[in-house]
Amino acid sequence: MTQAATVDARPVRRVSRITPVSIFLWGLRIAALAVILYGSFLSISSGRLSASQWRDLIVFGVSTGSVYALIALGYTMVYGVLRFINFAHGEVFMVGAMMAFYVANGLSTTSLWANNPIVSLLIVLLAAMITSTTVAVVVERIAYRPLRGAPRLIPLITSIGASFTIQYLVRGLVGPSTKAFPRMEPLRGTFELGGFVILRSQVVVIVAALTMMLLLYLFVEKTRTGKSMRAVSEDAETAALMGIDVDRTIVKVFAVGGAMAGVAGALWGLVFPSLNFFSGFLPGIKAFTSAVLGGIGNIVGAMLGGVSLGIFESVGPSLVLAGYEIPAFSQLKDVVAYSALVLVLIFRPTGILGERLAQERG
Amino acid sequence: MKTKRGLKLLALLAVLTLVIAACGGGEGGEDETTTTAGTEEPTTTAGEEEPTTTAGEEEPMEPGELGVVEVGAGENVKIGSLQAISGDVASLGTDQVRATEIAIADFGDIQGHAVELAFNEDDTCGAEGGQAGATRIIADPQVVAVIGTSCSGAGVPASNVITSAGRVLISGSNTSPVLTSDLVGNEGPEHHPGYFRTAHNDAIQGAAAAQFVFDELGLTSVATVNDGDPYTQGLTSAFEASFEELGGTIAISTAVTADQTDMRPVLTEIAAAGAELIFFPIFQPAGDFLAEQALEVAGLEETILMGADGLLSDTYVVLPQTENMYFSGPQTPQGPAYDEFVGKYEAEYGEAPIQSFHAHAYDATLMVLTAISNVAQADGDNLVIDLQAVRDELHSMTYDGLTGSLSCDEFGDCASPNIDIVQNTEAEADIAAVRANVQATYSASDLGF
Repeated sequence: MTQAATVDARPVRRVSRITPVSIFLWGLRIAALAVILYGSFLSISSGRLSASQWRDLIVFGVSTGSVYALIALGYTMVYGVLRFINFAHGEVFMVGAMMAFYVANGLSTTSLWANNPIVSLLIVLLAAMITSTTVAVVVERIAYRPLRGAPRLIPLITSIGASFTIQYLVRGLVGPSTKAFPRMEPLRGTFELGGFVILRSQVVVIVAALTMMLLLYLFVEKTRTGKSMRAVSEDAETAALMGIDVDRTIVKVFAVGGAMAGVAGALWGLVFPSLNFFSGFLPGIKAFTSAVLGGIGNIVGAMLGGVSLGIFESVGPSLVLAGYEIPAFSQLKDVVAYSALVLVLIFRPTGILGERLAQERG
Repeated sequence: MKTKRGLKLLALLAVLTLVIAACGGGEGGEDETTTTAGTEEPTTTAGEEEPTTTAGEEEPMEPGELGVVEVGAGENVKIGSLQAISGDVASLGTDQVRATEIAIADFGDIQGHAVELAFNEDDTCGAEGGQAGATRIIADPQVVAVIGTSCSGAGVPASNVITSAGRVLISGSNTSPVLTSDLVGNEGPEHHPGYFRTAHNDAIQGAAAAQFVFDELGLTSVATVNDGDPYTQGLTSAFEASFEELGGTIAISTAVTADQTDMRPVLTEIAAAGAELIFFPIFQPAGDFLAEQALEVAGLEETILMGADGLLSDTYVVLPQTENMYFSGPQTPQGPAYDEFVGKYEAEYGEAPIQSFHAHAYDATLMVLTAISNVAQADGDNLVIDLQAVRDELHSMTYDGLTGSLSCDEFGDCASPNIDIVQNTEAEADIAAVRANVQATYSASDLGF
């Protein structure tokens, strides 16, 4: 499209913007905002929760959200290079968490667990990362690579199949019972930072998640491999012509996504110390939501989307629903999470950071 | 270009919705068709048999309107089991299936016909499992009675399916008032004639828990948490009603979902409401998370945790976060007959009973077998069991079981229960020890029922 054409197109576009649909959309946006703001106003002015409790809710949200963000990275990166949603990713996360449980359980009887929590935590993280990476790469090799070039719906359906396969394989291996993660005593209790009381386990989760996200960002932006990933995601055919081995790059994308899911699995075990073979489903769906929220295909978007979803989920019911005196509003936290997705998409149809991507691809 | 991408995303979501809808729809459809087949089958069998075999023979008895089950020479009297035998609540159902097996062995023959546990279905502790399992069982027209379900949530559809096929459903652990009545004469919305239970009604358990919290612990402000299941809802509302009647206040009545992991927001709300105790009669694993995270939320350091029989299991009381928790639950039976039963249980399965309702299931099985035996009429080598007579017999008989004297009221509540309040302290190593650490016991008459 030439510059002149763009200029010519503008007035036409402006006229077409004032349609009944856009009026309706704006009405919807304003109504949604009004409902949220009025609910929040009622809820805050009732003084039900103290300032420190609101702050706690936000911290809880950030810590859950940063785990969502880590998982969401896998969805968004795979979408970036292959343009399909890998629904088996939630299971990759679950397998990591399961391995973390077994390693932690084995370590918990040793003196290392009590005396050197950081080393044991690193061992647990590493074991979870290796397992998840392996599973992610194997799934790619068995379930997705043979379908390269097939219509996009085919690998999508396959990924649902892969998800069930992994779930029931794990069920067969470890049984259907819920496993209780061993406690890590040094991680219990709270840190106090200038009157700011935060649970230690949440500090660890937030710090670890942010570190991993920073490393990933640097990896994708600064290294040669990262560059090839971006190239494949931009245009796989041209990347191949430039001498990039597309299949190898795709494997690397799955491996990195799997490693992030593994870290998320181990961290999940720290915050929510019970898991079974089905534990990957809900976090997986939430992470997928985060990826869409942030703008699917966009790495920073997935991080932002995850953290925002965590905060919406944690604060939303108390802030908006409680204001309208809805009974048992805490039960509706998933409703809040998905409504938040709809609301964000009403305002920004491509997600929080989706615009940039759409333009680049356009 | 933007719209194209939007469309693609929409298409993806639409496909996902279709896939999910297809899965759900398929299951439902299957259930529905089998239900109709199943419910019709017994009626047709009964219709065929009525004139030809029973009425035509020398038996003077008129067959009841529900028809008869005829057990041929050398065939077994079939009963079914529908309990939660997988997942996190597997201990609840497994315990009862074992008790039923022991009861069948103890009962022996019915006029020369052996009793057979023909079905061992899984109620999955949910409505879907209850519906599917009940449908599978009644598809066999020879089944006379079903022992189950474990969970009230599964009992709601199972009671409907099984009793409308003319069979009897008798549960050793359903406790929700909706399945029978509120014990003061109001029929529960899900009550069907032909449903019985030997477990307590939660109207009593709720009142016992409320009385203990108010009188013994001296607390006046509590929070309740349910998970939307009929059992947890019934119990929390019974508790709330009794507690308010005693003069206490319900600081907050809230709910979580059964698969929720992050309980901190709801616990923050509870802390803000200023509750001194949290009563959460839910299941694992939600109960694990709630107890664990309650230790971490500011403002709940002194708050007492209390669960109910659904959490009083071998896998829950061993968790470190459940230390010092109180539980309400049915009284552990005492006496030589119970000890003998436990001896058989241990000899057969290599461990002590793992939940609270094994004796109730044992009583339920023996009670229904006694009723069948009382009404069964020999017809040559065949055995004719009138289904309406089985129900009538269950309503009129008094049965002395391990859990006390059982006689069923018009809504199917058979127990006159005692409720124990127990505590899990550091000293208690396993479920048997916790159940033996009784803090208070309330009988139905103590509570005015």
